[in-house]
Amino acid sequence: MTREEVLDDLRKKFKDDIIEVFDKSPKRVYVEIRPDSIVQVASYIFKDLKARFNTASGVDLRYHMEILYHFLIEDINLLISLRVKLQKQKLEIDSLSPIFEGSSWIEREIHEILGINFRGHKDLRKLLLPDDWPEGVYPLRRDYKEWDKNVIRDRGV
Amino acid sequence: MSIKLKALLKSPWVFHLSTGSCNNCDIEILDCLTPRFDIERFGMLLVGSIKHADVLLITGSGNRKSMERAKRLYEQIPKPCLVVAVGECALSRGMFIHSYNCPVPIDKVIPVDVYIPGCPPKPEAIIAGVVKLIEKVRKSTEKK
Amino acid sequence: MEKTIIPIGPYHPLQEEPEFFLLTVEGEKVVDIDVHIGYNHRGIEKLSETKTFDQSTFLIERICGICSTSHPFAYTRAVEDIIPIEVPERAKYIRTIIAEGERIHSHLLWLGLAGHFLGYNTVYMWAWKLREEILDVMEILTGNRNNYAMFKPGGVRRDIKSEDIPVVIKKIDSIVSTLEMLKKAVIDDPVLHARTKGIGILSKEDAINYCALGPTARASGVARDLRKDSPYGAYDKVEWDMIVTHNGDVFDKVVVRVLETFESIKIIKNCLLNLPGGEIDANIKDIPPGEGIGFIEAPRGECFHYVKSDGTNRPVRHKVRAPTFMNLPTYKATVIGEDISDATIILAAIDPCYCCTERMTVCNTKRKKIYNGKDLIKLSREKTEILRNKMGVK
Ligand code: SF4
Repeated sequence: MTREEVLDDLRKKFKDDIIEVFDKSPKRVYVEIRPDSIVQVASYIFKDLKARFNTASGVDLRYHMEILYHFLIEDINLLISLRVKLQKQKLEIDSLSPIFEGSSWIEREIHEILGINFRGHKDLRKLLLPDDWPEGVYPLRRDYKEWDKNVIRDRGV
Repeated sequence: MSIKLKALLKSPWVFHLSTGSCNNCDIEILDCLTPRFDIERFGMLLVGSIKHADVLLITGSGNRKSMERAKRLYEQIPKPCLVVAVGECALSRGMFIHSYNCPVPIDKVIPVDVYIPGCPPKPEAIIAGVVKLIEKVRKSTEKK
Repeated sequence: MEKTIIPIGPYHPLQEEPEFFLLTVEGEKVVDIDVHIGYNHRGIEKLSETKTFDQSTFLIERICGICSTSHPFAYTRAVEDIIPIEVPERAKYIRTIIAEGERIHSHLLWLGLAGHFLGYNTVYMWAWKLREEILDVMEILTGNRNNYAMFKPGGVRRDIKSEDIPVVIKKIDSIVSTLEMLKKAVIDDPVLHARTKGIGILSKEDAINYCALGPTARASGVARDLRKDSPYGAYDKVEWDMIVTHNGDVFDKVVVRVLETFESIKIIKNCLLNLPGGEIDANIKDIPPGEGIGFIEAPRGECFHYVKSDGTNRPVRHKVRAPTFMNLPTYKATVIGEDISDATIILAAIDPCYCCTERMTVCNTKRKKIYNGKDLIKLSREKTEILRNKMGVK
């Protein structure tokens, strides 16, 4: 399949799920989809288009949070980034880890540093932060404040 | 005390401990072992267990999770012992000073005897640092 | 049967980074593995948001000492993707040379450590001695043994002087013969065959399912290399081959890495001889709002950076995904079902920037037996010794 065919295919197949397609450059496409349809779209891209899952990245923006799932189709050298926007009151999305294992660790990480809940993920334990890290403090959120009273931030000179 | 220290200086065994470093300092320490630098000439040996060590080489910026372990390791090392902080990270946390996961500098947790600056310090610098430490301790024991 | 839990880590005598594994074994067989990471987490993604685009390159370099080119390379490509801008030809060649030099020293480093785990300290010493030569080359080209600080968004910081080129080529040529010897010693050794063949197999399906990367995937027959699939730098302008093997065991991972080293030498020489003239920096002034993605083939696999800018001089979000992050979970597929004496080498086989094997947790549950890392390495070495005697090799 060529690049155009892939994009047309996506547009046709997921007419109702896709909100916007932003064709940035020959190698990059950003597709915004509705959060509920992430599992269908992602599994189609992974299984049928034979893409490799690169990673996911979460961002805390002013009015919503955003997760980008990056998939690379190596045969045509096209990177598709699926964008989902989550309302801050309801930070929940379906997990992709039942479809492919590769997403399980990155979901753990996003859960830990941004506090987004992944429905259906088997193992959402802490990955990076220490065990005594306080509940409900997420370091990569915009409103993160220093919580530890004992920190030293000067160089002692 | 002084006789123990004196014995320790003949052939110091070092243990290497990383507390959230970028690896470079650690690799340079390992480099000291390999044929070009070969610290075994000075009787130094990198050992696998903290209980056999006389000198603790510590690198990294003191990450919350590993600092807990570092503290426990320091309790296990036979005293008297010498602690050497290797690299900018271990000295003052370098670039990571404002990181949420690196709360305090290492020398606030573990008493440090010698600081070796550099990012990373060259193997020559590490060897020179340890040798200087030995000299210093030797002089201080001789006086007594 | 009685289950034994073996904690490995977080501190290990010879490795660099701390990481912590919990192996559950029944008799000699590993039945479960759990990996704990985070002993190295320094919050770099957050820190990067407080630095300007230019300052960030220095921070990114210090994510990992062995990958101190890969991360800035991916990051600068992500920043260039925001604008978008092409870097000058000469800068592309210089970037390629530095990146390949790093690949050689990283693979040699791994080879040495793998030898050490198997009880072949000679391989360890030889590999690291050779590595010193490469570090010398890098010192000539960039001014430092590690942390080269060569990359900046839009180009490179320093030029390669024309009088250095013959010196460097001579040095690289002198490595080849020793490397050949090392290759023979490693690949043709019957004991090593017996120790590493058919062990820790990662099947092709698993490699795809776990999204494994780099040499780990290529050893399982997944013919993917970003340098070929999505060419960047000067990789599409010079001749080289992708190394792919099909068994997915530890031995194949060794072979892929050793052969890749030769390819890297070829690329460096090619680039140095065909270095085009001209500018080395595209002089980026402002970075517009937008998003950029950069990925490159690091020694261990694909290194992925995502940068979001809002038009100021600092990134809003900078996501870093190192290759080991994707390769580590494959342990679930490779270690389970193997002997514990093989566990160390399998854990080391993906080249995980990892460090382990000194026990720190105390499990005083009654029937749990505890090994520490040293016992494990000892087990691994004893096995080699037994094999050696059986085969009559001295
Ligand atoms: S001092 Fe520099 S080289 Fe050493 S661990 Fe820190 S950042 Fe890495």
